[in-house]
Parts: sequence; C-alpha cells; structure tokens
Amino acid sequence: MADKKWLPRWFYQLASPRWCYDITGKLLPIFVIAAVLTLVVGTVWALAFAPADYQQGNSFRIIYIHVPSSILAQSCYMLMAVAGAIGLIWKMKVADMVAKCCAPIGASIAILSLATGAIWGKPTWGSWWVWDARLTSMLILFFLYLGVIALNSAIESERTAAQSTAVLALVGLVNIPIIKYSVDWWNTLHQPATFTLTERPAMPSEMWLPLLVMVIGFYCFFAVAMMLRLRNEIIQRERRSSWVRALMTN
Amino acid sequence: MSDSMPNRPAVDAMITECRLDGPFWGALKRELLLSYRRKSDLVNPLIFFLMVATLFPLGVSPDPTFLADVAPGVVWVAALLATLLSMDSLFRSDFEDGTLEQILLSPQPLYLVVLAKVLAHWMLTGLPLTILAPLLGVMLFLPGDGMWGLVLSLLLGTPTLSLVGAIGAALTVGLRKGGVLISLLVLPLYIPVLIFGSAAVQGAVTGLPLGGYLAILGAMLSLGLVLAPLAIGAALRISVSG
Repeated sequence: MADKKWLPRWFYQLASPRWCYDITGKLLPIFVIAAVLTLVVGTVWALAFAPADYQQGNSFRIIYIHVPSSILAQSCYMLMAVAGAIGLIWKMKVADMVAKCCAPIGASIAILSLATGAIWGKPTWGSWWVWDARLTSMLILFFLYLGVIALNSAIESERTAAQSTAVLALVGLVNIPIIKYSVDWWNTLHQPATFTLTERPAMPSEMWLPLLVMVIGFYCFFAVAMMLRLRNEIIQRERRSSWVRALMTN
Repeated sequence: MSDSMPNRPAVDAMITECRLDGPFWGALKRELLLSYRRKSDLVNPLIFFLMVATLFPLGVSPDPTFLADVAPGVVWVAALLATLLSMDSLFRSDFEDGTLEQILLSPQPLYLVVLAKVLAHWMLTGLPLTILAPLLGVMLFLPGDGMWGLVLSLLLGTPTLSLVGAIGAALTVGLRKGGVLISLLVLPLYIPVLIFGSAAVQGAVTGLPLGGYLAILGAMLSLGLVLAPLAIGAALRISVSG
C-alpha cells in the first residue's frame, strides 16, 4: 500500500517548482562529483591506457568524445519531446521548463558530435564531411534544436511558447528513428552502432570499458547542466512567489 | 458578395451551403472561392518557381550536360521553396479577421476543416507546380525519361510539403514576423521528402526502377495525412489562445 501511494505523490511533487528546486539542490552535488569522477577516469583511461586501434592508430581515440555526445544528443531530444508532451497533457510547469532547458544543451552537444565526427572523418575517410545518411540526419537533428530555440524565443508568452515548442518537438521526433537506423537501412560510410543493449561490442573490453565510463560521465554532466539551467529557470519564473523572495533576501 | 463585408442573406446562404455539403466540402469550397477572388496570389508561387530555376543556368553554368545532371535537384528545391513561400499566408488572413477563432469554436471537426484547407492549398500551389515542372525540366535539359519520374514524385511529394508546412504556419500564425521562422521550423522536416523526391527523378533518368522511391514518398504522404492535421489543429488552438 505504501508503495502505491508513494508513486503518485512523487509525481505530483515533481510538478511543484519549489519542491523541484529543493530536490535538485540536494542532488546537484552528487551528480557533480559523479560527473567529474567518471569524466576524469574515463578520459585518462581512454587517452593513456586503452590500446591503439590496429588500423586507425591513435586517431580512433576521438570515439571517446564522439560516441557519448552522439548518444546524448539523441537522448536529450527524446527528453525534450517527452517533457513537452507531459507539459502539453498534464499542464505541468516544471515539464515545460525541462523541455525549454533541453534545447540549448542538446544543440551544443549535437554540434560537439558533428565537430568530433568531422575531426575523426578527416584522417579516416579523407574528408571533413560526407553527405551520408547518418551525418545528414544528425545535422537535421541540430537544425531541429535550432528551430525549437528560435520558436521558443519568438513567442513572448511563456505558456504559449512551451506548448508550441512541445508540438514542434513531437513532430520532429520522426527524425530520431531515422538517425538510429540510418546505418542499417542505407549502405553508409559511417560504421554501425558501437553499443547495443543486446549484443557484446565488437571491440575488446579494454577499449569499450572506458567508452562506457565516458557515456555515463556525459549523462552525469548532462544532469548537472540540466539541473543548473532548470534551477535558474525556476527562480526566474517564480520570482514573484514568496519562497523565492525569501530565498533571495536571505 | 463582391465587397469585403457580405450582407446577412449572403452569410445565411453560405451557412446553409456549408451544412448541406458537410464541413470538409464547405471549407474546401470557401478556400477555393477566396483564392479565386485574389488571382494574383495564385500566380506568384509559380513565377517564383520559374525564376529560381532560371537562376541556376545563369548563376552556375549553362552547359547542357551539367544542367541535365543537376536538373532533378534544382526543380525539387525550387518547388520546395515555392511551397514554403506560400505557406505563411495559409492561416494568416483567417487569423487576422477572426475567422480562425470561429472555425475553432464551431462544432465542425477541426481535423476535416484543417485537411480541407491544406488540400485547397495544395490544389492551388503543389498541383500547378507539378504541372509546370516538365517545362522547367525541358529548360534544364532533363532527359525525356526523367519527366515521368519528376511529375510522379512531385505529385506524391508536394502534398506532404503542404501538410508539414501547415504545421509551421499554424505554430507561427500568432507572430508578427512568422515568415523566416517558418522556414527554420519546416526546412529540416522537408529534407527527407527532398532526398527521396530528387532520388526518384535521378532513378528515372538512369533507368532504375522507381517503385521504391515512390512507395516511400507515398508512405510519408499517408503518415502526413493521418498525423499532420492533428498537429496543425493542436498548433492552431495554442496560437489562437496564446
């Protein structure tokens, strides 16, 4: 019984900006420590200790930035669309704010993924950019983020902006499966997925373990960036409420 | 009926007319009638389409073999831009004179009314563009084999462009400067249609089977027909209430 009651209460509490502000304040230090630890351990392990690739030599090491950022850019879009849908359906203020905070973070991570891909492409494929399905669909994802940001800043009313961008994000969701399966549907230059949940990776464990650490590190970093932005957004939107005033005057 | 403020009997007649024909045909008839009264707006996207296609031989190279190579892409890009350009006015005048609010308040299903508006838009831009496309193909030295591919791919692709563009138009109808924003929102979603549309024409030129490309364009169209009116309706409600 206790468990049954706990879930809805937790869900409703999440809708309260004040509760959300408090809980993110408590969680933030944990995620900062986790992000710093995993990113430092992952980077050192990846750059210094992981074995070099037998074909690509040391140039393959950019995979440790490229793969996590690509995965994260797509997850971030999913989060934005899901948060937007929650905001649209249950009219939850915090969900609107989460969706709004996702767009700039996602856009910067998508550009990181594209840039590292270009740097990796130069030594391996001989060119910075190829018009291949994976790269093009990732570029579209970046454009979608830009569209969401542009629409959000063009509409003055916060509520309308949140609703409109939620609709746009949901429409743009069709692109996510295209990115994901582009390497399977078309014969592309880009290699197939590095990680799948069901199979063992094709590379030795000395190579993929640091990658896994880096992926976790990127997610922790995303959580930190998200919470910082969200707390900022909460303070800004709730500036007229008594608890924010009390917080600011203390 | 010719001036901008129709008198009472005329309004009553229009209401009865709509009732008799149902919401879909009523809305379609209204759109077509309104557009017929502003004939110059109908021709503008077509002129734009012709002009963009003229820029390429002048700007890049008038060499026939080069033009034949790029013709599928150029015609498709020109059609896409012409559709995009006409998108902003889709809901704008209805929003400004309050008709849109009345449509949202009316008991008629919004899905059908929206679908009728988009269909009317396609009949007045996408369809003429498709009919005009072979002329551009000839101007750009597209080989004769490619003409059917061009017409068929545009016939299946331009309705999708209208449907997706209408989502952008509905999202930005409440904003004063919606024009550039629509392109930012809609162009990324147009890319898949462009890829398969121009690939179909390339395929037709080189003698490859077209079925696959046309099937994908048809799949995108059916997905758009089912889902886009829902998104357009939701976006219109948000824009009008905001």
